[in-house]
Order: sequence, then C-alpha cells, then structure tokens
Amino acid sequence: MNALHVNDVSFSYGARQVLHALNFTCPKGRLTALLGPNGAGKSTLISLLTCLYPIQQGQIRVSDHDLNHAPRLALRELGVVFQQSTLDLDLSVEQNLRYHAALHGFSPSDAKLRINAELKRQHLTDRRHDKVRLLNGGHRRRVEIARALLHNPRLLLLDEASAGLDPASRQALQTHLRSLCQERDIAVLSTTHLLDEIAPEDHVLILHQGALVANGSIEAIQAQYQQQSLTQIFAQLTEQEAK
Amino acid sequence: MKAYWYCLSGIFRREWLRFWQQRTRLFSALVRPLLWLIVFAAGFRAALGIAIIAPYDTYITYETYIVPGLACMILLFHGMQSSLSMVYDREMGSMRILLTSPQPRSFLLICKLMASACISIVQVYIFLAITWIYGVQPPLLGLLSALPALFMVALMLGAIGLLLSNGIRQLENFAGVMNFVIFPLFFLSSALYPLWKMQEASLWLYWICRINPFSHAVELVRYALYLQFNTSALLVCTATTLVCLIAAVLTFNPKRTSLRSSQRK
Repeated sequence: MNALHVNDVSFSYGARQVLHALNFTCPKGRLTALLGPNGAGKSTLISLLTCLYPIQQGQIRVSDHDLNHAPRLALRELGVVFQQSTLDLDLSVEQNLRYHAALHGFSPSDAKLRINAELKRQHLTDRRHDKVRLLNGGHRRRVEIARALLHNPRLLLLDEASAGLDPASRQALQTHLRSLCQERDIAVLSTTHLLDEIAPEDHVLILHQGALVANGSIEAIQAQYQQQSLTQIFAQLTEQEAK
Repeated sequence: MKAYWYCLSGIFRREWLRFWQQRTRLFSALVRPLLWLIVFAAGFRAALGIAIIAPYDTYITYETYIVPGLACMILLFHGMQSSLSMVYDREMGSMRILLTSPQPRSFLLICKLMASACISIVQVYIFLAITWIYGVQPPLLGLLSALPALFMVALMLGAIGLLLSNGIRQLENFAGVMNFVIFPLFFLSSALYPLWKMQEASLWLYWICRINPFSHAVELVRYALYLQFNTSALLVCTATTLVCLIAAVLTFNPKRTSLRSSQRK
C-alpha cells in the first residue's frame, strides 16, 4: 500500500526545467530517502507536494487524493517538517501545537488530547510550557515532528530535517523516524544529501538534475549498478567524487 | 463550519499571544499619537483655529479635532506593521505552516486580517481612554458607536497592507514602501487639519486629500465617535476594503514562501 504516488511530474521555472517526468511511490510503514546533491530539485519537489507550487504537469496523489483536484483533502493526509524551522520562537511548545491543531480545524478539547499524546510520544511533556526559543535544535525538530503528526497524517514529509543538528541528534532523529514508520504505519519521505542517514531497510530515490536516476531498495540498486556501496553508486550517478 | 470557527479562533489566539509577547509594540503604538496630541497639538492649537464643522455642533479645541485622526493613525501603523509581519513570516518560513493547512487560503488570509484588526482596536481604545483622562471626552455612547467604524477602517488598512506585502520580495524593501505609503496617506488626509483649510492653501492638494481613502476613514470614525453617520465615508471605506482584499487574495503567491530557502541552495 502506498501513501504517495507521483506520476510523470515535471516542473519549470520559466524556461528552465528543474524536474523531469518524475515517477515514484512511497510505501506505508517505511522510510523513503530522497537523495540528491544541492540543486537536484528536492526542495522544488517538496514545494509541489505541499501545494506551495502549482502542479504544471503530471499527477500527485496523497492517500488517493489528487493534489490538483482535491488539495484540501490531500493536505489533511500530509505532515510536513521544513528544512527551515517554522516554529514561533516566542510561543511555548504547547501554544505552537495548539495553533497547528486550530489550523486543521480541531476543537480545543480534541487538540488537547492530541497534543498530550504527541508530546508524550516525543518525550516532550515536561517541556510543553517552555518557549521554543529555549529549546536546543534537536528538541525543536522533535516539536516540529510532533506538530506534523498531530493530525495523524498518512505521509510525513521531511525536507533536510537533520540540517544543523549535531551527530547525536541526527542519529536520534533517524531512529525516531524509523520507529514512527513501524508504530504508526505511515510513510515517511525524507530528503537529504547525507548518505550516512540511510538505513539498509529504506527505500531510496536518487534525484540528479531534476531526474530520478535510481529508485528502489538499497539491495536492488546495488544489484542494478554492481557496486559495493551506496556512496559509490551515488557518486557515479551524480558525477561526484566518492568520499 | 465548526472547523472554520476553530481555525479562526486559533489564528486570533496566536495573533493575540504574539502581541502580548511583544508588549513594547503597544507602548510604541501609543507613544506616537500621544506625542502628536500633547506636543504637536499644544504648539499648533493657536495657529490652527477650528471653525464649527460637522459632526461637531460647537467650537472645539484642536486636540478634540485630531483625536479621531490619531486613532486612525494607530490603525494605519498597525495595518502596515502587520503586513510587515506577513513579509517576515514569509521570509522566516512560518507562513508555510499556515499555507499547508487544509483550510482555503483566502479564508486563512481573511482570518489573519480580522485578528490583526481586532488587536489594533484594543490599542485604539487604550489610546481613547488616555485621551479621556487628558480631557478630550466624546460622548460615552460614541465610544461604543465608533467600534464598527474602527473595525471597518482597521480592515481597510489591513487589506491595503496585505496587498502591499504581496508586492514586496524582501523585508529590507519594506521601509521604503512604508515611507511612500504611511506618510502620504496620513498627511494628505483630514487627520490633522480640516480639508477646507487645505482648500485655501492649495486646490490640487485638497483634491488629493479628498480622494485619499484615509480621509474617509478618519471622517467615518470622527462621525461615529460623535454619534453621527457618514454614508459616503462608509461607502468609500467598504469599496476600498473589498478592492484591496480581493486584489490581495488574487495576487497572493505561495511560491514566495519557499523562495528564500530555494535561493540558499
């Protein structure tokens, strides 16, 4: 079962085409890592998936809701963590979450139940009244993940969510995301250019110059390119020097 | 419908919390008109005699004349400041959270506008309370009848600000736009002097003041504060609000919300 279907999606900024006929799916209960060097088109794709950009060509379906025809239904099934923090630093953790719950149309009592559950799950209950400004980068990311999961989405999108985090926080975030996939049977699509964030069980997409150059499990990609490591394959496909 | 109501109240709560967190904004919002009232008016009261004009039925002091204009000045600055915060939210990315909500975007923008209008009205009533103590005392019932007029004016100025913010690509460009919008709107209006005085000085300036929607906003509030109704002012304010709001919604470009981060890559 797939939470996201991307069919023949292309996108241009004026005359410059930045995405070329992308086709892929994101399975439920699994993390899909979208790899690509800077400028590959990852953020453009995220902007399309979150309705910030209009779909020019192709079709995107989130949990069977077409983004073009039923964007509001599709957005209900989508949780997003952007690369840049979008929390209000002067508000508390709980106030930030309450605002998000209101934007999704939840009543105060429903919001309270969801916030309690999510904060407990993210081990943030004791920080609920702290201003976000007082939290470290790792905790802020967890608040953003709690917020993105508040409305029980089927698909969680993360745009370079580990950017700016120290190695321990990055590791903790990756572990947390994979446990989320299993516990809640949601699909996670996480964009990154850091290969050490990929786990063997992940589904991998490699985007290069707006085209999808690899799509499948790590095993399948390794078999296809007859290479030992994902690093070498990534370097070969994106014409970068392997580290 | 309930979802819309929860969304509206959530946006109101957030705007109020943000305002409450930044209480210095209230202080600075009040200092500006109070300086005009206490310092400027004291200096100019002798030079600018006010004849009997509607809605007043007697001679009034210059302080009494400028209070409605200064109340609108608070709304004007707040309207522009909230559009500045829209540009800031867009640059900092928090606008994206609003836009990835499943509610219609036009509804979300109108909610933000209404929330901002309500907060600016709170500031106006604090200002009116201070002016009451200072000695400018319109009818008590006028304070109540001015409420819908103040809300209308706050919406109009917020809609103008929202439209302006759509045209601004970066926060740095905002200061220039403020100078080209706030000062002409304020000084080319009936906020500080009755328009017949402007007519005596310059006919073409008078006509600019006459078509300035801010003049109509000031007159709407002035009349309402003295328990009178100014139909033409209401019509101009309503039309300006609708035109600016529709234009703002139509020209709102969500692409801008992800511009900065894309540029960084």
